[in-house]
Amino acid sequence: MIETESLRFAYSGSSEVLRGIDLTINDGEFVAIMGENGAGKTTLVKTFNGLLMPTAGRVKVDGVDTHDSSVARLSRDVGLVFQNPDHQLFSETVREELAFSLRNFGYGEDTIDRRVGTILETLDLTRYAESSPFVLSGGERKRVALAAVLVWNPKHIILDEPTIGQDYQQKDRLRNFIIQLNAQGKTVIIITHDVEFVAECKPRIILLSKGLVIGDRPAEDLLTDGELLDKASLTRPQIGALMHQLRDLGLPEHAIDVYSAEQAILHALGRKK
Amino acid sequence: MMDPRAKFIMTMGIFAAALLFSNIYALILIFLIQLPIVYAAKSWRKWAGSMRAGLLLAVLIFVMNFVFGSTFVFSAAMTLRFVTLMSVFSLFFMTTSPDDLGLALEQAHVPYTLSFTFTTAVRLVPTMALDAQTVIDAQRSRGLELDKGNFMKRIRNYIPILIPLIVSAIRRSIELAEALESRGFGASPNRQPLIVLRMKATDYLIITCTILIYALAVYVYLYVPLPTPDIPIKMPKIFPWF
Repeated sequence: MIETESLRFAYSGSSEVLRGIDLTINDGEFVAIMGENGAGKTTLVKTFNGLLMPTAGRVKVDGVDTHDSSVARLSRDVGLVFQNPDHQLFSETVREELAFSLRNFGYGEDTIDRRVGTILETLDLTRYAESSPFVLSGGERKRVALAAVLVWNPKHIILDEPTIGQDYQQKDRLRNFIIQLNAQGKTVIIITHDVEFVAECKPRIILLSKGLVIGDRPAEDLLTDGELLDKASLTRPQIGALMHQLRDLGLPEHAIDVYSAEQAILHALGRKK
Repeated sequence: MMDPRAKFIMTMGIFAAALLFSNIYALILIFLIQLPIVYAAKSWRKWAGSMRAGLLLAVLIFVMNFVFGSTFVFSAAMTLRFVTLMSVFSLFFMTTSPDDLGLALEQAHVPYTLSFTFTTAVRLVPTMALDAQTVIDAQRSRGLELDKGNFMKRIRNYIPILIPLIVSAIRRSIELAEALESRGFGASPNRQPLIVLRMKATDYLIITCTILIYALAVYVYLYVPLPTPDIPIKMPKIFPWF
């Protein structure tokens, strides 16, 4: 469980980026943190693994105050996948890249081989095992960066803008993968601007604006609240917008994904599939 | 606003004077000449900060001179020379924006590609510093501990930080080059700058004063014997071979 109590943070010499955040994210939840640029999303998740220490208030991960721990220790349970894979990749081969964190955490070579092999297969990267990470394409490098964090099997996984630069098929695959991870009991937190991506998997959405939480509701609720969306510079997902236009016909506005909308429309037409 | 070319000539004047003299009184005077300039530029803090950065090296210079048999006064003079050289250049760079520097280089007929490279390099320093912090954060999130381990281990721990930095610097350069070419960089040899630097009367005055004062300095160096304070502190002869 990740909890924050009156969390405040300011970079040294600057104004506050986080201005008092109280949150509880339970084990196994699927959460999307959304909000305009500069709202404090990345800053917030960096307090979850100890990279940033609160300037006031506190953050507790599984009961441990981050002040009483270290980034290396917190990272074992909180895996943070950064936005730009090029800020991480440095090894001669993808295999070495994946082994890096396991070596840092002190695993034995046999365990390392096994785990690296597993994650390579899971993310369909086996054919690149001996390639240099630098010659892979953008999307493949992002998968390697993701694999590099999943390899140590953290309990809570945070993905910072995982859909940037991905084509539609990759996003689809990523969404299914996230749902799978969540089904395995992992807490999954994504930071994203991608309303369409979020509409199809419907997580709990925490909406940040100017360092404060202005909304904390399930996706179907939050992504249909016109006023709130305006405040946070977000728009309705397309399906949601369509249903909103047709609300006078009695169609439910909270059907923001293709499947629910299909069901609702068929129902309204008195038809079944 | 001083023309950067005049500023540079003044800087070089102080630089050359500091190299000319070994006499402690002369060097003290040369160092003190900077003070009114720092006052006019209102950059006391930054200037003091830049000197603090060279403190270690200054101490080293003093110690090396003294240990190898020079007098206390001479060692102090050499240290002061070093400090002056360092501080006058710091002063120049902290009072001249990279843009002005670039303009000055261009209008001093340095090839545009060279001056642009220089200005861009200076301008990218803060960007790369931010990148460095992000890389450090990312690798720490993978369990990298930079403050543990023996000396060798600590050095090796910087490889996961240096490589992504170098790679991203190279990538950025390539992207920048492509962007520049797409915007016609180097297309015409006749570039018309938007801001044309013109030397004003004060700039010519400063240049003239610098030349005159330097001529005076050379005269003093050649023909005027300067006193040296007699401070009888010397390194005791513990090493017989010096």
